[in-house]
Amino acid sequence: MRIRIERRPIVSRPLLYLTPPLAVVATMLVCFGLFAVMGDNPARSLYAFFIAPLLSGNGLAELGVKAAPLVMIAVGLAAGFRANVWNIGAEGQLTLGAICGGGVALAFWNQPGGWILPLMCLAGILGGMIWAAIPAFLRVVLGVNEILTSLMLTYVASLFLAILVYGPWKDPEGFNYPQSRMFSPAETLPILIPGTRLHLGVVVALLIAIAAWLVMSRSMLGFQIRAAGLAPAAARYAGFSRARLVWITMLASGGLAGLAGVFEVAGPIGQLIPTLTPGYGFTAIIVAFLGRLDPLGIILAGLVVALSYIGGDNAQVVAGLPAATTGLVQGLLLFLLLASDFLVRYRLRIAAPRTTPLPVKAPA
Amino acid sequence: MTASVLIPLLVTVVNSATPLLLAALGELVVERSGVLNLGIEGMMLVGAVCAFATMTLTGSDTLAVLAGAAAGAALSLVFGVLTLTLVANQVATGLALTIFGIGLSALIGKGFTGHPVPALPRLSLHGVSDLPVAGALLFRYDALVYFGLLMTPAIAWFLARSRAGLILRAVGEADLSAHSIGYDVIRIRYLAVLFGGAMSGLGGAYLSLAYTPLWVEDMTAGRGWIALALVVFAAWRPWRVLAGAWLFGGVTVLQLFLQGSGRLPVPSQVLAMVPYLATIIVLTIMSSGALRGRLEAPACLGKPFRPAS
Repeated sequence: MRIRIERRPIVSRPLLYLTPPLAVVATMLVCFGLFAVMGDNPARSLYAFFIAPLLSGNGLAELGVKAAPLVMIAVGLAAGFRANVWNIGAEGQLTLGAICGGGVALAFWNQPGGWILPLMCLAGILGGMIWAAIPAFLRVVLGVNEILTSLMLTYVASLFLAILVYGPWKDPEGFNYPQSRMFSPAETLPILIPGTRLHLGVVVALLIAIAAWLVMSRSMLGFQIRAAGLAPAAARYAGFSRARLVWITMLASGGLAGLAGVFEVAGPIGQLIPTLTPGYGFTAIIVAFLGRLDPLGIILAGLVVALSYIGGDNAQVVAGLPAATTGLVQGLLLFLLLASDFLVRYRLRIAAPRTTPLPVKAPA
Repeated sequence: MTASVLIPLLVTVVNSATPLLLAALGELVVERSGVLNLGIEGMMLVGAVCAFATMTLTGSDTLAVLAGAAAGAALSLVFGVLTLTLVANQVATGLALTIFGIGLSALIGKGFTGHPVPALPRLSLHGVSDLPVAGALLFRYDALVYFGLLMTPAIAWFLARSRAGLILRAVGEADLSAHSIGYDVIRIRYLAVLFGGAMSGLGGAYLSLAYTPLWVEDMTAGRGWIALALVVFAAWRPWRVLAGAWLFGGVTVLQLFLQGSGRLPVPSQVLAMVPYLATIIVLTIMSSGALRGRLEAPACLGKPFRPAS
């Protein structure tokens, strides 16, 4: 009996949507083995990691708080990935967004007015867009690979933030800690459920994902983006401008990452600090793929990956797992998802045993 | 600037170029076979932590260096299975490798943070290493520095002159043609990917065993990505990788030197930006205008291949 690998004539739609949950389950199974090697009781670790956070109201609120930036960033990145534009510097665009939004907050500190928060958001979007415009410009005009430039700018952005919070923007009453003033009430996002950290930005993130879904699936622009990735030659022949798509997807993903940065500093953090996120900009890449580059899928994927952050923190306290486990689990999840993609595009066929032809006897 | 300042500075340039050189040479071979592995940063970190852990536990620097190479190769095998056997997207898999490697290295290194190990022994030739200028400049490095310097001509020769190198380039330039005249494209790419992984692991091992004989989380600080940029900068040619590694080593050392001297009236973070900005500038110069024609990326770079069987 032989197993033959065959390319499917068309990708399997059911498997396309079935494999992400499959990858999540497979990740849990691998984690069970991993926790058994690392800790004492794998079942308890697994429970602390994946189940416990879902059982309290506060845990669910935190899930939304963590998922919101991931979803916003991933929705933007996914549009780029679909068009073969690889912006992997979202972390830097988020940082610059937070710097610009935070700059507005510090400039108008302790002033009343409902206009400050929208202005912060606008500044953040612009900041993220400017940071994404650099690799977009280099790619479109000079043909420089955007993967490396967008990533290098992430390091530059975080150093820039460090300059500000260690220097001119340091809180004058902050006992010399490298952090800005706490933003005043008019500069922080309203809390939706008292007693939790669930802020207005979570709802905005959800609306953005739905809007992105409409654009990607219902508009000409969405069609052009999808065509550019699936059939570049056909897209060129149809007259879709490659440069325009690079600009649009880079600016959109940069702007969304910048807005996510503002939401972080105006929401859960409440000030500028040297390290804003546990790597949301990079993790959003996993979210984008786990959500099959589809905005609605990304909402679900964002919740799953957010769970890995909260679960990681929880397992650290309850089961004594090291903090690095979170990154390990996230990397593993993307590995298993990419591996499972094989099933979407290929199928295994059990072929009939190869019959060896009988030797033909030469006539005597 | 006197010789007493200049010579140690040049020695530091060679040292800080070594991890970049090792990783970039490995990636160069991988890319010449038509595969783009963006996971260098992850492989370097896992190589660094495994080498460091082995050094701490066994005290043997030979075993430690081998452990670094083996760890890098093991991680690259995961990349190979996903992209070569399961035909997964190479960009996404490379990114996953980096995210995974950062987590895995932090996990392995948890018990080893903050305990220094003795640095790799440096060459000490009786008489020669003590020569006034040449001694310090040429004959007092550790084995990995010399290994990197030897690998440069070795890989240049392998790619340009050897039969195996010719086959590897054929696989990278025209996978279908290579396949149809009977070469096992997937197998050759696996070997290239494993070699690249081992070299990245060695680059990481150099960081944690010699450059700063310590384990610190995320200690590569983007060197894996700079190594990737170096391959583009070098237009996929080994000797230019060496030149580029020295250039970037020089930029890094100059920045550290200026930070240390405190002579420039700017925050230290501005200087720390320099290597990253230099990478962008160099990539831009290489990719644009008159030089673009000479940039010969392997034709099949990053394209999935699966023989129709």
